[in-house]
Amino acid sequence: MQLQVSNSPFNQEQAELLNSLLPSLTETQKIWLSGYLTASLSVSNTSSADAPVLEAQSGGKTISKEVTILYGSQTGNAQGLAENAASKLEGNGFQVTISSMSDFKVNNLKKTENLLIAVSTHGEGDPPDNTLSFHEYLHGRRAPSLEGLRYSVLALGDSSYEFFCETGKQFDKRLEELGGTRLFPRMDCDLDYDEPASEWLEGVISSLSEGQVSSAAAVPEAKASVGEKTSYSRTNPFKAEVLENINLNGRGSNKETHHLELSLEGSGLTFEPGDSLGIYPKNDSDLVDMLLMELDWDPEETVKVNKQGELRQFRESLISDFEITVLTKSLIEQAAQLSGNEDLKELLKPGNEERLKEYREGRDLLDFVRDFGSWGESAQEFVSILRKMPARLYSIASSLSAYPDEVHLTIGAVRYESHGRERKGVCSILCADRLQPGDLLPIYIQHNQNFKQPKNPDTPIIMVGPGTGIAPFRSFIQDREESEAKGKTWLFFGDQHFVTDFLYQTEWQKWLKTGVLTKMDVAFSRDTDEKVYVQDRMREQSGELYEWLQKGAAVYICGDEKNMAHDVHNTLIEIIEKEGNMSHADAQAYLEDMQQNKRYQRDVY
Amino acid sequence: MVNPLLKAPAGPPSDVEQIKERSDYLRGTLGKVMQDRISAGIPDDDNRLMKHHGSYLQDDRDLRNERQKQKLEPAYQFMLRVRMAGGVAQPSQWLVMDDLAQKYGNGTLKLTTRQTFQMHGILKWNMKKTIQEIHASMLDTIAACGDVNRNVMCNSIPFQSEIHSEVYEWSKKLSDYLLPRTRAYHEIWLDEEKVVATPELEEVEPMYGKLYLPRKFKIGIAVPPSNDIDVYSQDLGFIAIVENGKLVGFNVAIGGGMGMTHGDKATYPQLAKVIGFCQPDKILDVAEKIITIQRDYGNRSVRKNARFKYTVDRLGLEPVKAELENRLGWKLGEARTYHFDNNGDRYGWVKGMQGKWHFTLFVEGGRIADINDYKLMTGLREIAKIHTGDFRLTANQNLIIADVSSQEKEKIIELLETYGLTDGAHHSALRRSSIACVALPTCGLAMAEAERYLPVLIDKIEAIVDENGLRNEEITIRMTGCPNGCARHALGEIGFIGKAPGKYNMYLGAAFDGSRLSKMYRENIGEEEILKELRVLLSRYAKERQQGEHFGDFVINAGIVKEVTDGTNFHD
Repeated sequence: MQLQVSNSPFNQEQAELLNSLLPSLTETQKIWLSGYLTASLSVSNTSSADAPVLEAQSGGKTISKEVTILYGSQTGNAQGLAENAASKLEGNGFQVTISSMSDFKVNNLKKTENLLIAVSTHGEGDPPDNTLSFHEYLHGRRAPSLEGLRYSVLALGDSSYEFFCETGKQFDKRLEELGGTRLFPRMDCDLDYDEPASEWLEGVISSLSEGQVSSAAAVPEAKASVGEKTSYSRTNPFKAEVLENINLNGRGSNKETHHLELSLEGSGLTFEPGDSLGIYPKNDSDLVDMLLMELDWDPEETVKVNKQGELRQFRESLISDFEITVLTKSLIEQAAQLSGNEDLKELLKPGNEERLKEYREGRDLLDFVRDFGSWGESAQEFVSILRKMPARLYSIASSLSAYPDEVHLTIGAVRYESHGRERKGVCSILCADRLQPGDLLPIYIQHNQNFKQPKNPDTPIIMVGPGTGIAPFRSFIQDREESEAKGKTWLFFGDQHFVTDFLYQTEWQKWLKTGVLTKMDVAFSRDTDEKVYVQDRMREQSGELYEWLQKGAAVYICGDEKNMAHDVHNTLIEIIEKEGNMSHADAQAYLEDMQQNKRYQRDVY
Repeated sequence: MVNPLLKAPAGPPSDVEQIKERSDYLRGTLGKVMQDRISAGIPDDDNRLMKHHGSYLQDDRDLRNERQKQKLEPAYQFMLRVRMAGGVAQPSQWLVMDDLAQKYGNGTLKLTTRQTFQMHGILKWNMKKTIQEIHASMLDTIAACGDVNRNVMCNSIPFQSEIHSEVYEWSKKLSDYLLPRTRAYHEIWLDEEKVVATPELEEVEPMYGKLYLPRKFKIGIAVPPSNDIDVYSQDLGFIAIVENGKLVGFNVAIGGGMGMTHGDKATYPQLAKVIGFCQPDKILDVAEKIITIQRDYGNRSVRKNARFKYTVDRLGLEPVKAELENRLGWKLGEARTYHFDNNGDRYGWVKGMQGKWHFTLFVEGGRIADINDYKLMTGLREIAKIHTGDFRLTANQNLIIADVSSQEKEKIIELLETYGLTDGAHHSALRRSSIACVALPTCGLAMAEAERYLPVLIDKIEAIVDENGLRNEEITIRMTGCPNGCARHALGEIGFIGKAPGKYNMYLGAAFDGSRLSKMYRENIGEEEILKELRVLLSRYAKERQQGEHFGDFVINAGIVKEVTDGTNFHD
């Protein structure tokens, strides 16, 4: 750590002297020096004001400068925020221990004085995979009393889901129940989390620093170091050129899955297999125009689109800056306040929660405006309650070592009919219908430490990726081909029809031939009278699969969470139970242990 | 057994010979590769063996480039051909084929130029089920392709029913007698358990031997005056000799075949030549011995010179005949006189023996399908449900609803009318005398369109025909997508062989009765030139022809093309 005026009790000159001396010391010298200083201090026993104050008093209570940050992250957002908080806190002189919840030794919890939690919520209010054991421990009987713990929770979520930030809320509540006190109130963040997250961090730092010497001065802007390696980031996306856009599904398919190749040239962006790519899409202009027809304002009127005061034409802002395809509860509440619509107020009354939930399902802003009218006095007021256009995350389908300066994606087109109108996935249909080679797409890399190949290239891997879940495994295999990894590889893939939906078929065939891919099993659910899925293929080969597990294979699952991931999870337990002659509970423990050891990783959505 | 005066060509065995050698009597690794789920295809070696099981791998060539870009393998699918001697199918069998085409095929059936059903578009995982269902209907696909005796053809003449049934029985006996004996088919497709080979059982193929034949082998039986099966195009042709209403025996013709290779004058179509006569009950013996001669002396080094016609031309007709008689242990009789009128079909209703009726339906390109308002496939399905006679697939890709009783006839007529199925009388006689092979998109050999294009071309030729008052003039017109000649182009009065997309070699001058080959008239021409040429030729024919002179004869008599007197001067 570099000593500065802002993060230490020293003046400029002292800090510089120490900075030049300290790095040259050996461990023994450091120990000797600290002993010498402490001894001299106790001998002199002065109470002078210029004595260094390492610990400050606050309300008579000692505040430790040790802070533990735990994160639970599915896509990497919470982890990124946790890492950012860690570096800021270190910059403010705190000693930070940062860890994912799954890596954290729960015994240490009792000794922890300051705990920060950054956690996302997944699916229907579920905790992310790498929080499961910690979550269970904390909510179980073995949870310790946490009197004396000071904590704060940063919760991430998506307000279009019913159980918004549920996991964060649960941790927040539970820590309180166990005797902890909040050093800063929980912050629930929606998809555009940057502003609330930095507000939370400032609050936390200021609370932790209260009463400390020069704490007030310490708080301001020590810029986040995460992502500083590249100038492009989530908040400053790179405009990547589209090199290729191919529909991977053959004629006659029910599916439309686009293979997108983007250029990263000049971006300095790097990624590893398992990482994701964020895309900032645009809304369908047809949909925006339909919405504009319901509104009285001039499409060319200028509106402010963010706190920085950036200006845009109203129509353009609805295309580029705001989300118009999802109705969040909070949007409806704010709209009700602004419009005063009686029906809307009625819908929001206690007791109507079910009706409200039902109404929100499968409807968008156009439906809402048609049903309840507009709100606000101006276009500006109208957009003021809209969510910022959130980025869409896609698992990266290529490897930088195989395709330097490129990133490939596998995007399934989402189209469905709802309430009498055809609905289109914002980003997927942009890619399917409108994106042409040569177009530019704002993107950023979302690192995901929770979906990484084993460190040891000899470790066998089992990959389960039906549908677009195949994407990261294309990246894995490309990477292994380049690095000549020796570990065996086994891929399970499934979709509807063999003839039209075997994504990247010729590539897998090639890799099977060259041996980069050891084994592949496919299940096409609509080719046979009886539907066959990947988990059926796994079950058919349970003996061999268990053998792989026993030999240390790591298992990766990517794709649909609701059905596939759950079924595959249960199938794994079933296989372990059967082939390992174990009780159900032991099989579960076996899989949990794998998870703990990063041998069972999921990237599900 | 081997005659020292005769020799097989020297040279290393061709790739297919080696594949057969390794195959353990046509098994190869078919059992295993058919189980593989990663590709709908099978390796080339196994595909060569697959032919002997009546099928081979194809892909939809229309989609080839598109799918490659999509990172999908070619749209692999199997063609499956039924062994059905003489083209006779029971209504129950028709219904099974119809059902399989809907369930596993591309929803259509092809009636081939060798009188059998062909299905396209069957996926690998449906092959076993399909073959098993065909087997359950008392048909099979054994030896429908490959280096063995193929489907035995037989005249389907409707008005001589008694002779027909007798001749048909012989074609069936030939078909069964000449089958490969290996159990490979039963093991791979019908789940028969493999018998562990003992030394005695090693003699699996007493006639074919381990390597089977050097090339495919085709047999057909004609009943004069109809040469509908193009007896001269067969490796081995039998011409039924009927005297006083009784079948007395067969003239034997050997060494015909249509295939050739563009640009290779060592390959050519050839007509079979009559070498003698045999009693009906000697037909199996003659066929077996001819086949063993081809087995022993055929070219196993160069496949495109491996057909029996080249063996005969190389060894000479007389030495082959002598060798045959040597192997038979008796001499052929002197060939009897016979006369052919034509090689086409007679359409519409005719009354046969025992008061039974037969209806010959015009099926353009042999394709049984529901296309727009023309519900041919549905109509035939409905007919098959009530029909008590049988169906006969003709060598000209048409269909005879045969053995209809007087009572049944009314119901059949009603169904024919309901679905608009006819003898094609509203078409020109030229269209009704047309044949096209499958070609694109499924045939891997096709260089140009045939079945999909010929009807379109005929639309335009019909205008010329009408201008010249030739609407009722039967002129045989045949189009084949490559020079292998499944549509017997060299025996069409107007013949086309595909050269490249939209380009054809045009041939003229074959005999109306199938007794003379055609000659190339124009090379590598497109539709515009084809029509330009035909406008001149047909107009001349209309004006200058003699009474009863067929178009094929006219072009020779008028000096438009030179007469081909033998396959060996086809290219001159």
